[in-house]
Amino acid sequence: MNRSEPPLLSVRNMITSFHTHDGIVNAVNGIDFDIFPGETLGLVGESGCGKSVTAMSVLRLLNPSSATTLGEVIFKGENLLDMTPEKMRLIRGSEISMIFQEPMTSLNPILTVGEQIAESLRLHEKLDQEKAWEKAVQMLKLVQIPSPEIRAGQYPHKLSGGMRQRAMIAMALCCSPCLVFADEPTTALDVTIQAQIIRLLDHLKKGSNMSVVLITHDLGVIARMAARVVVMYAGKVVEEAPVVPLFHDPRHPYTRGLLNSIPVLKNDGQTRLTEIPGIVPNLLHMPEGCSFHPRCSRVMDICTKKSPPMVHFMENRRAACWLVSDE
Amino acid sequence: MTDRKNVDTDQNSGDNTVSGSRGWAKLKRNRAALAGGILLLIYLLCALGAPVLFRGDPSAPDLMNSLSPPSGAYFLGTDELGRSILGRILYGARVSLLIAVGVVGVGLVIGVPVGLVSGYYGGKTDFIIQRFTDMMLAFPGFLLALALVAILGVGLKNTVISIGISMIPLYIRLVRGCVLTVKEEVYVEAARACGTRDLNIIRHHILPNVLAPIIIQTSLGMGTAILFAAGLGFLGIGVQPPTPEWGSMLGSARAYMMGKPHVATFPGIAIFLAVLSFNLLGDGLRDAFDPRSRI
Repeated sequence: MNRSEPPLLSVRNMITSFHTHDGIVNAVNGIDFDIFPGETLGLVGESGCGKSVTAMSVLRLLNPSSATTLGEVIFKGENLLDMTPEKMRLIRGSEISMIFQEPMTSLNPILTVGEQIAESLRLHEKLDQEKAWEKAVQMLKLVQIPSPEIRAGQYPHKLSGGMRQRAMIAMALCCSPCLVFADEPTTALDVTIQAQIIRLLDHLKKGSNMSVVLITHDLGVIARMAARVVVMYAGKVVEEAPVVPLFHDPRHPYTRGLLNSIPVLKNDGQTRLTEIPGIVPNLLHMPEGCSFHPRCSRVMDICTKKSPPMVHFMENRRAACWLVSDE
Repeated sequence: MTDRKNVDTDQNSGDNTVSGSRGWAKLKRNRAALAGGILLLIYLLCALGAPVLFRGDPSAPDLMNSLSPPSGAYFLGTDELGRSILGRILYGARVSLLIAVGVVGVGLVIGVPVGLVSGYYGGKTDFIIQRFTDMMLAFPGFLLALALVAILGVGLKNTVISIGISMIPLYIRLVRGCVLTVKEEVYVEAARACGTRDLNIIRHHILPNVLAPIIIQTSLGMGTAILFAAGLGFLGIGVQPPTPEWGSMLGSARAYMMGKPHVATFPGIAIFLAVLSFNLLGDGLRDAFDPRSRI
């Protein structure tokens, strides 16, 4: 990562709202973050906090008839949100791509794995059928799929979950994008395969100057891969910090709660896992003040009335909590 | 490591082919569908082999032998003009096959692309197309075909066009409904995330995945087309004589129904069996391949 360079992607005050029957829901409610070239940024939070919607909004994959995104998403000096659909389409896959959560459903069952990777190559790199196929096989080899020549000609159902996720990664990386959103790339896999996929992603990243936004709720994966972490809650950024300080000294009670709920092997086996009480608030009926206050263990008077401002502290940390503001 | 993965793979080699071959196995076990298939085969043989199976002109009158009952010379007897009913049924099979293929062709060529666009793009496009479809569906299919014939005029071509148009809304609805489910699949989103063009997504990712219901509808639609064409022929506004057409044969045999029942019976049986074959096969295909009917 190189902090002296300008950020590759800057998200500024991005708001994504969905039009539902019950009203407008802000799934992402004014978030800011930067990604620098070659960096791995972790985006953490509970289900429903807006992590995936953030990625989809940046790539403009949400259906415009049901969702609108406001704010700025500056990628290489241009606002992605202002681009023509055609220009945006050319950026998808070639410059920014995405790895999806569900390896079982993210490959088309009726096209061979090779065809699906080659499709993207033909589109962006203008390769002919044969060259695209060769490169697809190479990509499968790169993601360490054994006998890639045979696998390329097979349909997705012949591949195991782990292999499908590798193929999905090959598809996302085939045009050497400079930014990849990995949306829970390991969630649907079993633990041993998870470790392999993380190792693979790490390995692939080291070989290039690619930036990765790793979306997950698995803090173990974050600790392993990310350099910097953005914690989201109810559509907002609540804390951001480099990975080590975040784990050692979390400032926002929500981050603390997340870290406390990691299971630790203890001798007695009797200790109950600490959970954060309650659930993510309904986005239609957000609590007044800080959106986390109904679940917060250190709630104060002011939390119920006023939403806390984002406070920058130390060199590269920030948090939105009255506790931090008081310090 | 590699070995383990292979084991893993074998266990997982799953859903799709299994369901595909399971579908075929299910279809073969389904006796009704099998009967439908055999009937269809016979029908196709009759239609395609009519000149071989019946030598002579099916429209040549032989007034000396009019309305004769089945005999050695005329296997199924003759009609009021002394034409061989067997010959007219065999040649009528060609006409009805032509109509069935033509009608379904019109339905497919217009209905499928419109349904794909309507389902994929949604929004205003979808709204307009669907209201138009609603309008067409408000008429019972046969009535719509009848009204169209009244506008276009009689004859083989107009029969095909009018019945074909009356089938378009069915295809639009069917395809749109299927597209709505398929387009939410992650692989469609993944294709979009790779920057694939809409047209390619529709062609490569969506159309092949909605093909099964389209094929089923095609089989059922052919049966309906034959029935509708016979209906129009019976009313005298379909295919015009002397072209041998089952419906018009039935229509002209109406007058002799009491005295010479064979004249109406055999074309009736032909219509019945042809429609039955398509319906049995279509139902069988649906039971075997339509995911919605799989429990």
